Amino acid sequence: MIVLQNAIDAISLGAIYALAALGIGLIFSIMRLINFAHGELIMVGGFMLYGLAGQPYIVMALAAILVVSILALGMERLAFRPLRRANPATLLIASFAVSYLVQHIVLITFGARPMGVDFMAQLGESVDIGGLRVPRLQIATIIVTLALMGGLALFFRRSRVGVQMRAAAEDFTMARLVGVRANLVFAVAFAISGVLASIVSLYLVTQTGSVSYKMGVSMVLIAFVASVIGGMGSLTGAALGGFLVGIVSVSLQAYLPVDMRPYRDAFVFLLFIAFLLWRPQGLLVRRADRERV
Amino acid sequence: MALAHFSSEPKPLQTAGVLLGLLALVVAVSLFMPPALQRTVVEALIKLTVVIGLYIFVGNSGVFSFGHVAFMALGGYISAVLTIAPAKKAVALNLPPFLEALQLPGGVALLIAIAAAGLIALLVALPLVRLRGIALPMATFALLVITHVVASNWQAVTGGRQALVGLPRYTDLWVAAAGAAVSLIVAALFGMTRHGLALRCSRENEVAAAATGIDISRERLIAFVLSAIIVAIGGVLFGHFLGTMTANTFYLDLTFVTLTMLVIGGMRSLTGACVGVALVSTVSQLFRSIERGVSFGDLTISAPAGLQEIVLAAILLAILILRPHGLVGDWEVTLPLAGQDKKKEI
Repeated sequence: MIVLQNAIDAISLGAIYALAALGIGLIFSIMRLINFAHGELIMVGGFMLYGLAGQPYIVMALAAILVVSILALGMERLAFRPLRRANPATLLIASFAVSYLVQHIVLITFGARPMGVDFMAQLGESVDIGGLRVPRLQIATIIVTLALMGGLALFFRRSRVGVQMRAAAEDFTMARLVGVRANLVFAVAFAISGVLASIVSLYLVTQTGSVSYKMGVSMVLIAFVASVIGGMGSLTGAALGGFLVGIVSVSLQAYLPVDMRPYRDAFVFLLFIAFLLWRPQGLLVRRADRERV
Repeated sequence: MALAHFSSEPKPLQTAGVLLGLLALVVAVSLFMPPALQRTVVEALIKLTVVIGLYIFVGNSGVFSFGHVAFMALGGYISAVLTIAPAKKAVALNLPPFLEALQLPGGVALLIAIAAAGLIALLVALPLVRLRGIALPMATFALLVITHVVASNWQAVTGGRQALVGLPRYTDLWVAAAGAAVSLIVAALFGMTRHGLALRCSRENEVAAAATGIDISRERLIAFVLSAIIVAIGGVLFGHFLGTMTANTFYLDLTFVTLTMLVIGGMRSLTGACVGVALVSTVSQLFRSIERGVSFGDLTISAPAGLQEIVLAAILLAILILRPHGLVGDWEVTLPLAGQDKKKEI
C-alpha cells in the first residue's frame, strides 16, 4: 500500500517537474538557451494569482497564464532575440541576468516576505480510492500534465507552426533557408514555455498557498536537472527526465534514513553529477546535437 | 620591423605590475576614507580575490563555472570551525571534542582551509573535467546546490540555517589588499605557464588544441584546483570580514554577482576581471547610498532596496548584448610609455 501511495506521489511530482522541464527543453531545442529565467515566469504567475485573489479561480488562472505568456514573449524580444547568435554559456548568463532582474523588480514591488494566497485550496483535500488517500491536487496535476503533453504532441505533429518549430530545432539555418520564419518560431516557443510555466505556478500556489519572490528558483534547478537528464533539446526526453527526477526525489524522501532526509536535494544533485559522468548527452539524443567538427 | 604591429603582445608581468600599482593606489586613497566607505573597499578587495580566482579557471578555459562560490563557503566554514572560541562552539555547534577545544590563529586556519579546499577541488574536479560542452557548467551548478544543502542542514558543523557567529574579524584593509595582491600575482604567473597557455589555446578551439597534443582535461583540472584555492582564500577573508557565516550568503546571489563582475569587465583578461570588480562595486555602493537616501536640502529621496540588483542585471544584459567580450575584451593594461616606444619604431 505504501509503495502504491509513493508511486502516486512520484508520478504527480514527476508530472510537475516534467512540465517545468518541458518549458526549458523547448527553448533549448530551438535556440540553445538554458533559460534560468523560466523560474521567474513561474514566480510571476504566482504573483498574478496573489494580485487577483478574490476573483473567480478561473479568472485568476487565465490571467496568470496570459500575463506569464506575455512576459515570456517580452523576455524573448528584449533580452534573448539580440543574443540569438551567442553561444550557450553566454545565453545562460543572460538568462541569469533576466532572472535576477525580474526577481528584484518583484522584490521592490511586493517585498521579500512570502504572502498567503487562497487559490483552489479545496484541491488539497484527499479522496479515497481503494483505501489510498490521494489529494485531489495530485489527480488534477496528472490529468492536466497528460492533457498538455498530448496537446503539445498534436501541435508539433499536426500544426504548421509546430512542424516548423521541429524543423528549426533540427537545423535552424536550413529551416530558415526553406522559408521558416525565425521570429515566429521563437515567439511561439516562448509563448508555449510561458503557458507551461504558468501551469506550474498554479500547482505551486495551490500546493503551498503562498508566493514569494524566490519561489521559482528551486523548481527551475530541478527542471534543469530533468531536462539535462532527458537529453537537452529532446522534448520527450525532458518529460521523461521530469518523471525520473520525481520518482528519485520521492524514493529518496521515502527510503532515506530520517536524519538524512533534509539532505534529499543534495542526493538528487549528486546523482545528477553521477548521471552526467555516465551519460553526459542525456538519455535521448537528437541526431542534430551530435558534435560535428 | 615587420613584427612591429604586434606591439600589443602580452606582457603579463607588466600587466600584473600596473594592476598591483592601481591596487596600492586604491589602498592608499581608502586610508583617508570614513570607516563605512573603507569597509566597502575591503569588501570589494575580497570580491576581487574571488573574481580573480574565478578568472583563473573561467577566463583561461572559457568554461563557465557556477560552483566556485561553494569553495568560498568551504574555506569560510573550515576557518570558522578552527578559529571560533571553544565556548561559543560548544553552544552553537556539536563538534567532536578535539575540534571543539581547538582554536587556531587565523593564519594557520587559513593554511588548513587552503589545503582542504585544494584537496576537495582536486577530488571533485578529477571526474568533472572529463565533461564537455554545457555538461561541465551544469555539473558545477549541481556542486553549488549540494554545498548549499549541506551547509544549511549540517547543524553540528555549520550551524545549519542559523548564522554561525564569532569569527575573529581580522580582515581589515591590509589583509584584504594582501589577499587581492596574492591572487593577482598567482593569476598572472599562471597565465604565463605552459598550462595557462595550453588552456587558453583550448578556449579558442577545443578540437585544434586536442589535435596539437594538449590534454584539455588535465589543463582544466590544474586551473580548477588553483582557482578553487584562490576562491577559498576569498571565502576565508569574507568570513573573517563579516564575522559570521550563513549558508544563504554563499548561494545564487553571490554566484551571480561574482560572475557579473567577471563578465562585465571581460572574462578573457585579468585587467577585465579587475575592471569588472571596480565597476560593479562602485555602482553597488552608489545605489546602496541612494537606497539609504539622498538629501537635496529638505527633501530626502530614497530608492527602494533591490534597486542596485536591478541596475546590475540591466548592465550585465546590456554588456552581453552590446559587448559580448566585456568592457575591455582581450585588452590587458600595460605601461603607456612602453607601448609608445614600439609605435615610434614603425
